[in-house]
Amino acid sequence: MTNDKNMNRSVIHVDESPFPLERLRQSLPNWLKRFLPVRGGRAEDHHGKGMFGFTVFLLSESIVFLSFFFTYIALRLTHSKNWLPPGISGPELSSFVIINTVVLLSSSFVIQPAENALKHHQLKKFRWLWLIAICMGTYFLIGQGIEWRNLNFGLSTGLVGSTFYVLTGFHGLHVLTGVILQIIMLVRSFMRGNYNKGHFGVSATTLFWHFVDVIWVFLFSLLYIWHA
Amino acid sequence: MTHDFSEPLAEDIEPETELENNWRQYLSFSTDHKVIGVQYMVMTFIFFLIGGLLAMLIRAELITPASNVVDRPLYNGLFTLHGTIMIFLWIIPFNAGISNYLVPLMIGARDMAFPLLNAISFWILPPSGILLLSSFLLPNGTAQSGWWSYPPISLQVPPGQPINGEFIWIVSIVLIGISSIMGAVNFVTTIFWMRAPGMTFFRMPVFVWSALSAQLLQLINLPALTGALILLLFDLSFGTQFFKPTENGDPIIYQHLFWFYSHPAVYIMALPAFGIFAEVLPAFARNPLFGYRSLAVASLGIAVVSIFVWVHHMFTSATPGWMRMLFMVTSMLVAVPTGVKAFGWTATIWKSKLHLETPMLFAMGGAAMFLLGGVTGVMLAAVPFDLHVHNTYFIVGHFHYIVFNTITMAIFAAIYFWFPKITGRMYAEGWGKLHFWLTFIGANLTFFPMLPLGLQGMVRRISSYEPRYQGWNVIASLGGFLLGVSILPFIANMVGSLLHGQRAGNNPWLATGLEWTTTSPPPRDNFEVIPVVRRPPYDYGDPKYSVIEPPDYHQAEH
Repeated sequence: MTNDKNMNRSVIHVDESPFPLERLRQSLPNWLKRFLPVRGGRAEDHHGKGMFGFTVFLLSESIVFLSFFFTYIALRLTHSKNWLPPGISGPELSSFVIINTVVLLSSSFVIQPAENALKHHQLKKFRWLWLIAICMGTYFLIGQGIEWRNLNFGLSTGLVGSTFYVLTGFHGLHVLTGVILQIIMLVRSFMRGNYNKGHFGVSATTLFWHFVDVIWVFLFSLLYIWHA
Repeated sequence: MTHDFSEPLAEDIEPETELENNWRQYLSFSTDHKVIGVQYMVMTFIFFLIGGLLAMLIRAELITPASNVVDRPLYNGLFTLHGTIMIFLWIIPFNAGISNYLVPLMIGARDMAFPLLNAISFWILPPSGILLLSSFLLPNGTAQSGWWSYPPISLQVPPGQPINGEFIWIVSIVLIGISSIMGAVNFVTTIFWMRAPGMTFFRMPVFVWSALSAQLLQLINLPALTGALILLLFDLSFGTQFFKPTENGDPIIYQHLFWFYSHPAVYIMALPAFGIFAEVLPAFARNPLFGYRSLAVASLGIAVVSIFVWVHHMFTSATPGWMRMLFMVTSMLVAVPTGVKAFGWTATIWKSKLHLETPMLFAMGGAAMFLLGGVTGVMLAAVPFDLHVHNTYFIVGHFHYIVFNTITMAIFAAIYFWFPKITGRMYAEGWGKLHFWLTFIGANLTFFPMLPLGLQGMVRRISSYEPRYQGWNVIASLGGFLLGVSILPFIANMVGSLLHGQRAGNNPWLATGLEWTTTSPPPRDNFEVIPVVRRPPYDYGDPKYSVIEPPDYHQAEH
């Protein structure tokens, strides 16, 4: 055994790779840094590990949406003539839809302060903001349900029906999942001593909610704005 | 430094551990990555046997030109399920299994990053596989449109039957896909976050690099298939029109999405095989792996290039000329990193004294057969040649040279190589060699005839053919039956050695990976002390490292 000072130096050992990975890592912004642990041995950071895994999962999830977007765009470009069956106007960019969109997108600006509040152990503030976010998500879901009911076409009404219902439905399923996750996190915050352990769940739910919002921006542009 | 592998070192022999006889844990919901790995491997092997039986029925049908053994719908179901099972329930999950077992051991981790998720990923598979097989019991039989399930063929189902073979096929593949994606999240996180201190990226074994590349491909490409299958399911059962050409839909879009996954899927299957070669060849050549860093980076290179080649499956799908040209070039580009790999393997065994134990035979056999598989692949990437042999047995021969002669051989190499680590016992060498030679001869007899058959124009997926093709078909069928027989010594060897094999010791091959520094089988948490890594992964031949070391390398570094 050599002395302690030498031990430490040899354990934290500069990477011998031809690419200066460690130097590259140091120059990255903080949030990106955790995606490139170079030397290993960071297994004890459970929150970071969990968020890394969850982000990787969301990357994968976004490819499913991308495949839907690709299908939509490809069909739209090659079938612009018979896109709408006779007598069907397609999804309308009504004020109802716009309000729904605004509510969904602004909920991201509610849920982020909520997560920050939990990080600073402001439990009460977290619960109130979190509850508002749940309400906004629920409002969006109900709004989408009402919109679906009032549309004059169904799932099998030509390409417009196929694409509209599958794409919004798949996104709606994600919103529903997000709302359920939010409710679970809120309930867990009332369990004694659990809100600290629940922090990963809260961070992951927040990230998921941002993801759902970003997807909606693309969906909204494709389904409503392009259509109009 | 030569060592007689058959005689374990005296100091290696350890008393029997409790783990060995505790077989019940392999039937339980365990979160230990090693148990899950073994569960994966055993389950996928059972599916391999089922898939093999279907293949032998296909070969039995093709031994005569007439269609006389099975009726045509059943024949369609046979080749569809044969392909599906071999890809989605044998090679891909087997690789997940062996990676599950080895990756944490190789990087010095106690377990995977998310053990519970890991167990769930496994337990999705058996029900999905049983669901898939259960479609044989349906009145209209299984899915019949091949493993690609191209619309509109896959949408042509008898009306009034919402639950048909195709429906079940899609549901089970989506379930298997979900399992794979959860597994991929777990692997990528494990490799990024769970490495032992000092295990830098360029000290990871090439197997870990290959697993990382393969799992990144799963993450990026598999969701495209899932998306396509969801849309196909809606078309099939809920009246949408995405891929229905009769109702404005476009089946070509499905082909794009399908191949966006399914071409990289070839590398999801092949990369772990390449990783196995990189572990086995240096160990039995007693040489350091040649060009370790190029081989590691080549894994990522293959993964990246393979994302941009999918259209070469669609050269005959009304693809415009410029696109054919572009994808011909990118497809041929894959040969560059794969060539780096092949040269690395060759240079590793160059001028070395080879120890031709069973794992080495399988690894060398697989790597050599990859030459033929890879070269026919480059031929197929050329548009004019592809147009000529499109949908013929040449394609079948080519990809069986990859998936059987290369990947399945590599899998057998891996089973023999790590069998002592997993079970703590040695397999029987003679039976292993018999297995190898039967497999090697059988595989070449089966799949080589398909290349000339394809060049002569025999179309694939048919149960009857012109009599002039019969000669080669008889050879292929007899080879196929030999291949079927070849699995028997393997099973006998595995079961017999598991029960009565010689004690293996911790490091019977004197290999250098971290996994060999722990006991065989490893304890629940893999290492008594997490090792601190201070050396490159393949230092065979370096006298300083050619003896077995304790997990803590402090002593070795002076």
